[in-house]
Amino acid sequence: MLEKLTASHPKAILGSVDRFGTLEIRIEKSKIADVVKTLRDDQELLFSILIDIVSVDYSTYAGWTGERFGVIYQLKSLALGHRVQLSVTAPEDEPIVPTISKLFGNADWLEREAFDQMGIRFAQHPNLKRLLNHHEFVGHPLRKDYPITRRQALSTNDSLMDEMEARLKEKGYV
Amino acid sequence: MGVETFPAITTRKEAVIAWGQKNSLWPMPFGTACCAIEFMAVAASVFDISRFGAELVRFSPRQSDLLLVAGTVTFKQAPILKQIYEQMCDPKWVISMGVCASSGGFYNNYCTVQGIDQIIPVDVYISGCPPRPEAILTAVMKLQHKIENPATTPPAQFMAKEPKFGY
Amino acid sequence: MINPKTLLPIESSSEGLNAVQPKEKKDLVMVNLGPSHPATHGTLRVLCALDGESIVSAVTEIGYLHRGFEKDCEVHTFQQCIPYTDRLNYVSAIMNNVGFCKTVEKMMNIQVPERAIYLRVITCELNRIIDHLVCAGANLVDIGALTNFWYSFNVREKVYNILEKLCGARLTSSYTRIGGLSRDVYPAFGEEVTAVLKEIRKGVLDVQKLISKNRIFLDRTKDVCVISKEKAIAYGWTGPTLRACGVEYDLRKAEPYYHYADFKFDVPVGSRGDVYDRIFVRFLEIEESIHIIEQALRKLPDGPVMTGDKRVALPPKQQTYGNIEGLMNHFKIIMHGICPEPGVIYDATEAANGELGFTIVADGSKNPYRIKCRPPCFMNFAVFHEMIEGAMIADAVANLGSINIIAGELDR
Repeated sequence: MLEKLTASHPKAILGSVDRFGTLEIRIEKSKIADVVKTLRDDQELLFSILIDIVSVDYSTYAGWTGERFGVIYQLKSLALGHRVQLSVTAPEDEPIVPTISKLFGNADWLEREAFDQMGIRFAQHPNLKRLLNHHEFVGHPLRKDYPITRRQALSTNDSLMDEMEARLKEKGYV
Repeated sequence: MGVETFPAITTRKEAVIAWGQKNSLWPMPFGTACCAIEFMAVAASVFDISRFGAELVRFSPRQSDLLLVAGTVTFKQAPILKQIYEQMCDPKWVISMGVCASSGGFYNNYCTVQGIDQIIPVDVYISGCPPRPEAILTAVMKLQHKIENPATTPPAQFMAKEPKFGY
Repeated sequence: MINPKTLLPIESSSEGLNAVQPKEKKDLVMVNLGPSHPATHGTLRVLCALDGESIVSAVTEIGYLHRGFEKDCEVHTFQQCIPYTDRLNYVSAIMNNVGFCKTVEKMMNIQVPERAIYLRVITCELNRIIDHLVCAGANLVDIGALTNFWYSFNVREKVYNILEKLCGARLTSSYTRIGGLSRDVYPAFGEEVTAVLKEIRKGVLDVQKLISKNRIFLDRTKDVCVISKEKAIAYGWTGPTLRACGVEYDLRKAEPYYHYADFKFDVPVGSRGDVYDRIFVRFLEIEESIHIIEQALRKLPDGPVMTGDKRVALPPKQQTYGNIEGLMNHFKIIMHGICPEPGVIYDATEAANGELGFTIVADGSKNPYRIKCRPPCFMNFAVFHEMIEGAMIADAVANLGSINIIAGELDR
């Protein structure tokens, strides 16, 4: 699998390691969408399910020298039964990663969650809104510099009409 | 001696009303989390909350007089809880079921309200995570006792205490 | 469904009465389903735009029960995280305990004793049964069949009695520890489970008798909110909901763990992917779980239920108080905690709702650096708005029950 990826995306692979029985591949940030597309569509790979997207803040990780934020993708092939783990990193001042929400349906919400919790922005995501925290929330709670007990009250709930208007427009309502 | 020997009885109006109220509580379960599953168990046949006259679960706040907050209340949920409480008609009582609703429980973090008494007045607290069904029945009995004696234990809704978060 | 192609520009629709009128937003009624609604089983919100009783468009919102599981775990030790995992899918708590402990054990390469493995299988399958019973029971209540709820909850209470004797709690059990179980089972466990299995069979049969030929039930569930195989996979569905679409995918068969390869059981699959299939796949899975428990009880070996690995297992009390090594070991585990090697791991188990996975990033300290739970119903709910568009509002309620959203797991 690794050879195949290296052949098709020579500049994308930064390194790989086989731990706990799963291949972990580090990917260049800008190429992640292309790599995921190859993994999904190639007839010998067929990674059909996006299992999870995990965002990590490495700012207090012992011995970490790379960029501050990491995003870990877990993919799984239903037909062939194998798994792969991809990871990218993003710098602190501009944590932007290309979206893969056009390739997998559930990536939409998983990326929204990563944005909400960790503040990683996904370029060209159709609707990058907060998912778990309320819309008046300031900051990103899973960052290591966010104190666990900093509570933020909500005054009124989101009306959701912005999403509804966009959806109705798609369906041709005026 | 049967009832027929006494064609009339004397009592106080408040006592009759309280007697009626305590035996026909209509709960509105504001079930958010694990405790709601235990509330289902209380309503089911083994524990059977209808023995205490509180089985008529209404999901409309306008028809119910007992708000049973079962589960963690987050800040995102808090305005809704307040709104539901305000939609209930007087007189109304609140049971806070489980540690999450009573004090935030072991979720001492950025998104959990540390006890619903910061938002609405509470009459009876139940401990436990989640409380056993017997504990919920005890709470209902405690509340019935409270309703029976409004002079010594007035409803929490009339106790002047400013909520921490006003909406 | 509304086909955008039928829409004509306003100018071209001006001649004649048969011309297609533009669809106007003011004809629609906005209705909020939730966040506090009897059919949402917790706290979800679906904003529906209704044309009559049909849902034209829907938007979902979650996070009403987001209570910071992941942040809380970062300030607790690995063993202390286990009670938090209970409250993810609180309907089947032991399955979350097992999923979490299995991940940490894999990370630290710990061999769990055979007896503990078999007991984990038995308790997990019991939990799967009660999860499916609650799901099916609550779903049937939503479409108006209340009696089933009493039937399934009666059975559930009997399983609770066993769990209660086993670990002291009815719902949130925290039964497992990293490296094994908190305690062994009580003497009459095997006989009681066998007796309860009989009751479960009877209870499930009672429920099925009530619904399987019931015209109302069939009309309300067949061909309602159908999802195709391809779409379900694209949205990352797993578990009974995916199997109801006809995909034979079960982690217990695909990536067998805990001797599931040695047990004989079938994976029931549906054919159409509608509400009916999702309910009946669960009923059939209850039957298969009963088979697994019966086999596991027969094979249940003797021996310890906690590993002897000194990195995670507390020494016996005689050693703690009797010699200095035991005391030091006890002190180290309590004060310094369990410290896996640095690294990232993902491991999954087949929970009642689907693939329950944990990603753990460890940095060599006693606290997990980052934990991410992969909740199966998160993926189910991500496509919910598309499933109900074009259906009636009552169908949305039936569908919501059938994909078994557990808010604790959805929002964490």
